[in-house]
Amino acid sequence: MNYLYAFFLAPFQDFIFMRHALVACLALALGCGPVGVLLVLRRMSLVGDALSHAVLPGAALGFLVSGLSLYAMTLGGMAAGLAVALLAGAVTRLTLLREDASFAALYLISLASGVLIVSLRGSNIDLIHVLFGTILAVDDAALILVAAITTVTFLSLAIIYRPLIVECFDPGFLRCVGGWGPAMHFIFLVLVVLNLVAGFRALGTLMAVGLMMVPAAAARFWARQVWSMALAAVVIALLSGYAGLLLSFHVNLPSGPAIILTAGVCYFFSVIFGTHASIYRRRRVALHLGG
Amino acid sequence: MPVIARIFLLFLALGLANGITEARAEKKVKVVASFSILGDMVKNVGGHRVEVITLVGPNGDAHVYEPTPADAKALSAADLVVINGLGFEGWMERLIRTSGYQGPVVVASQGSKPRGMTEEEEAAPGPGAKHEPKHEHKIDPHAWQDLGNGRVYAENIAKALISVDPQGAPTYQANADAYKAKLDELDRWVKTEFSSIPKEKRRMITSHDALGYLGAAYGITILSPMGVSTESEPSAGGIARLIKQIRKERITAVFIENVTDPRLMEQVAKESGIILRGELYSDALSKPEGPAATYLDMFKNNVTKIVAAMRQGL
Repeated sequence: MNYLYAFFLAPFQDFIFMRHALVACLALALGCGPVGVLLVLRRMSLVGDALSHAVLPGAALGFLVSGLSLYAMTLGGMAAGLAVALLAGAVTRLTLLREDASFAALYLISLASGVLIVSLRGSNIDLIHVLFGTILAVDDAALILVAAITTVTFLSLAIIYRPLIVECFDPGFLRCVGGWGPAMHFIFLVLVVLNLVAGFRALGTLMAVGLMMVPAAAARFWARQVWSMALAAVVIALLSGYAGLLLSFHVNLPSGPAIILTAGVCYFFSVIFGTHASIYRRRRVALHLGG
Repeated sequence: MPVIARIFLLFLALGLANGITEARAEKKVKVVASFSILGDMVKNVGGHRVEVITLVGPNGDAHVYEPTPADAKALSAADLVVINGLGFEGWMERLIRTSGYQGPVVVASQGSKPRGMTEEEEAAPGPGAKHEPKHEHKIDPHAWQDLGNGRVYAENIAKALISVDPQGAPTYQANADAYKAKLDELDRWVKTEFSSIPKEKRRMITSHDALGYLGAAYGITILSPMGVSTESEPSAGGIARLIKQIRKERITAVFIENVTDPRLMEQVAKESGIILRGELYSDALSKPEGPAATYLDMFKNNVTKIVAAMRQGL
């Protein structure tokens, strides 16, 4: 019993930075879970990745203007991400180019300008390191930011849930009854950017998208409804965060990769053993039909 | 020969000679130094006879530098290249090759006492040391953090400048001697400063393990959360051990270095109930208006801050 306590709870009881990291994981999981699931269902899984690159020039500009200020960097990142999301959305709606193509073009443009800005500065502190820290260095301000973004995500999703889902599955119908389709789409993209920026603050550039997409992809195998899938994604993300932090604490692994790799293990487990359409299920159904 | 022609010739010769000496005065020796501290040393030794281009500027981290085409251009036009060596600027070798530079390359640290990383340090809080076995060079490259090595650097630079520009030999020798005298004076001052702190109280923590030579030279125990390179990401376990150690041993001298991300150390300081004692300059100088614009100022600045912080713990 004592040993279990020392292993599972003591790290969080003894150290504030571990508690901070865990709370950050909780907030991120709550926000990223539903957004990730919707991305998966809309077949926009890679858009998250594209947007995460698009954020770089804004954050770099914020760093150039006011140094290591949390707010300047966050605002800059948000502005750049939103610009790319809105532009891509607009190009898709106004022209014949598909969304994935316009996203690819715009995020590459954004990424290139980001790299340009970084190199123009001349100083060579690894800017990515400076811009986006590790989850072990989450301070109060960053925690409040992440929690605020999660709250906004929840409220917005609650308000637009129904039209958003309808927009996902039958945009034509929504256009018939009200015509709020593009607005829903834009609001959703805004939420994606917000959650990515929150993830950046806590996990670093590459890992931010991880906590959004990997649990969502795994959740697909455990639920059928959108809300239950989102719930499953939140639970998986939270579990990965907790287990990843423990792993990082006891085995001395860098925390960001430890968290995402734990989520990756959950993903593979779900692919094989999930209750819906997993490899195991499909085999059983096939055997059943064959027999 | 008519007198007029003679006078004309005389003037011509004078003019030519004049032109030649002017051209020589104009033509400075172009030296490229890999990072700001070396650049400062070259300026001190070379004086007005050299023109120094520094590739990694103030506050830049030379461990992870990405060279630009402008750097290659500067190199190809150089008369002399000065690098630290000891595996500090790994990108430099490639850059020299691609730039087509054919001239001499001085390894400033040559002949200094290289310091390996001791067993204890490899196993201690730095998580980087553990999961990063790819560090094949186990030699600490930050040799300039020992003023004795600073002397060696100055000598190497002077020797190299003399071989490139023999006419300037007296100037370079005099400059180097004056500079070494300043280093010796600073060294005496540092020793008296540290002698006021009992040996077992000379412990400090920094965010990037670059002050090993300083510690070895003046008997300071240095603990660092990141291991030897800025490249490795910290683990929760490593941070936890560091906090425990600060609490248990009541260390008061905790610093950030100018090339690393300060946020992690801020968290560590807050959690262990100590105040961060400001920035130390380890791998790069500050901007000209900053407190560590030269190698000498950097050393003074660092030692003053370290000693003040250690006094708090007495």
